[in-house]
Amino acid sequence: MEKQFTIKNPQGIHARPAGAIMKKAAEFANAQISLEFNGRKVSAKSITGVLTLGMKAGDIITVSAEGDQAAEAIDAVGTVIESVLD
Amino acid sequence: MLLQGIAAASGYAIGKAFVMQEQATAVERKDIGTDAVEAEVERFQNAVQQAMDELEQIKENTAAKLGEHHAEIFATHILVLQDEEFVGQAKEKVRQEAVNAEFALQEVTQQLVDIFTSMDSEYMRERAADFRDVSQRVLGLLSGKKSAQLSDFDEAVVLFAHDLTPSDTAQLDRSKVAGFATNIGGRTSHSAIMARSMEIPAVVGLQHATESVETGDMIMLDGSSGIILINPDEDTLSLYREKKQKFEKRQEEMKLYKDKPSVTADGHEVELVANIGNPQDALGARNNGAEGVGLYRTEFLYMGRDSFPSEEEQYNSYVTVCETIGSDKPVVIRTLDIGGDKELPYLELPKEMNPFLGYRAIRLCLDRKDLFKTQLRAILRASAHGNVKLMYPMISTITELREANAILAETKAELDEEGIAYNKGMEVGMMIEVPAAAIIADQLAKEVDFFSIGTNDLVQYTMAADRMNEQVSHLTQPFNPAVLRLIRMVIDAAHQEGKWAGMCGEMAGNLKAVPILLGLGLDEFSMSASSVLSVRVLLSRLNRDEMKQLAEEALALETAEEIQYLVVKRVAAVQELSI
Repeated sequence: MEKQFTIKNPQGIHARPAGAIMKKAAEFANAQISLEFNGRKVSAKSITGVLTLGMKAGDIITVSAEGDQAAEAIDAVGTVIESVLD
Repeated sequence: MLLQGIAAASGYAIGKAFVMQEQATAVERKDIGTDAVEAEVERFQNAVQQAMDELEQIKENTAAKLGEHHAEIFATHILVLQDEEFVGQAKEKVRQEAVNAEFALQEVTQQLVDIFTSMDSEYMRERAADFRDVSQRVLGLLSGKKSAQLSDFDEAVVLFAHDLTPSDTAQLDRSKVAGFATNIGGRTSHSAIMARSMEIPAVVGLQHATESVETGDMIMLDGSSGIILINPDEDTLSLYREKKQKFEKRQEEMKLYKDKPSVTADGHEVELVANIGNPQDALGARNNGAEGVGLYRTEFLYMGRDSFPSEEEQYNSYVTVCETIGSDKPVVIRTLDIGGDKELPYLELPKEMNPFLGYRAIRLCLDRKDLFKTQLRAILRASAHGNVKLMYPMISTITELREANAILAETKAELDEEGIAYNKGMEVGMMIEVPAAAIIADQLAKEVDFFSIGTNDLVQYTMAADRMNEQVSHLTQPFNPAVLRLIRMVIDAAHQEGKWAGMCGEMAGNLKAVPILLGLGLDEFSMSASSVLSVRVLLSRLNRDEMKQLAEEALALETAEEIQYLVVKRVAAVQELSI
C-alpha cells in the first residue's frame, strides 16, 4: 500500500520536520513504513534515513507501509510530511 | 589586514580575537582483536549515553535561553543517537571488522556526510553539520576529553573557529562573545541561522581566517558586509565604534516596527513588500516584517535543472509561498523572465548580440505559448489559495499586453471547462521596465490592474548603459531626472485610471529614493526582505505633504548628484538610518 505526498516546508525536510516524521512513524510499532524518493527507499522510523533523502519544497514523496494499521500509518505520516514546521 | 567572507548575521563586533584551536580529529584505525569487541561496543554505548545526557542538558539550557524552537535541533541530535541506522551501523562495524569505536563511528559519519554534501540544495548540504556535531561529541567522550567549552573568556571576544557546530553556537554567551567568524559555512548553516536569532554578528566562509588571525589581535567584524579588519588603526576603530552604536540603536528601533503598518508621520499608508526568488525566501520576508510579496521571480524554478518544471511543481511552489507568507497577504507572481543575463540551457536559445534587447521574458513567452500556458495554469490554480496577483515582465507595446491577456483568458476558459478553481477576480498587472511602456503608461493603465516599476532595467534602458559594464557604470543613475520623470509619468498614469503603482527594483529599498517615491505617490514598495524594516522606520518619520514638495523640487533639478544631495540635506532621517 502506498500514497504520494508533497513537501510544503519551504526549507525542505531538515532536522526538525525529519524528527517529527520519524516520531509519528514510530507510533505505529507493528507497521513497516518506508519513504521513497529519487530512487532511494528508507525506513520512516530512522531519522538518519529520513534526513538523507534530502527532500525539498515541492518534492513528491512516496510513503508505503506494511503490517498493522498500514493505511492509517501512511495517512498519519503523510500529514506530518505535508505540514509546515519551521 | 582585511578579510572578506560571507555575511551571516548583521551587526558590528569589536574586540580581541580568540582563536579556537582545532580539535585533533584525525582518528586512527586500531585493530582490537575479536575478544575485545564486546567491551568496545559497551564503551561506545556508554559514550553515546553520556552524549545524550549532555545534549538533554544543552537542550534545556537552550530552551530557557533562546526558546523551544532553537532547542529542537538538540532533540533531533538525541534522536540521531537513538537511531539504529546510525549508532547501530557503527556497532556493527566494530563487531564485523574488530576495530576501535572511534574509527567505526568516523567511517559511518563520513558516509552520511558524503550523502549530504552531494545534495543539490545548499540548505540540505548544511545538514551534514548535524551529523558531524553529534559524532564529534561522541568522539570527544570516547577520548575522555570534555567537549570544547567556550565559557572561560573574561572579556567579550571575537571568536574565530574553523567551524562552529550548532551546539557550540547555542552555548555562546552573548556577554562574552561579541561576534564570531568561521572558515567554513554559508548563510543557511545552522550556526548562521542561530547567530541571526541570537543577534550575534557573524561572518562565515572565510576559508583561512583561523590561520590569518592570532588570539589577542584587535578585530573589527562587520556581519552586514562580511568584512573583518585585523588590527585596524585607532581612527578606523573609532569610526566603527560609532557605526556599531548607530547600528544597535537602529536595531532596537526597528524591532518595534516589525508588525506595524507602514505609515508616514502624517498618517499616509503605503505597502512594504518583499522581492523573493523561492519559497524559502518567503520565510525571510515574513520574519522581516514584509506585508507580502511584491515580486516573486519565478525563473529560479526553471534554472539549475535540465527540463521545464511541470505545472504541478510550479503550483506547489506558488502555494507554498502563499501559505508561508500568509494567505491573506498579496503575492505578486511574475511570469517567466528568462533571457538577458538569465539563460536556460535546455531552452537552447541562440546566442544574441544584445541579449538584454533580445528574445526574452514576455517576448519569448508569447512565442512559446505552451510554456506560458503551463505557468499561467499553475498561477491561476494557486490563486484559489491566497491573494495571488499576476504580473507580466518586459511589456513594450499594448499589443503584447493584449496578446498576453488573450492567452490568459484562453487559459481561464480551459480551467472553467475542467471545473478547476481559481480566483476570478485575480489582479493582473505588468512591469514597467521599457521606456516605451512608461511613455504610453496612460494607455496601458486602462488595461491592467496595476503597474510595478522595475528600476534596474528601466534605468539601464533609459540611460542606454549596460549595468554589467563597469566602464559605463557611472551612467547607471536611478536618480537621473530622466528616470524620475518616467517614474512620475507611470505613477500618475496609474492613479488617473484608479489603479495602483508599485516598484520592485532596488530603488524601492534605497533610503535616499524613498522620500522622493513617497512624494511622487508610489503605493507599493517591493525590496529585499532585509530592507523592509529600515524603510518602515524611515517612512514613519516622513511627512507625505512635505515629500510631495521635495519631489517637485527634485524633479526640477538637472543632475542625479544634485537630487541625491537635496534629499540628504532636507531629510535628516535618511542620513541617520543609513549605516
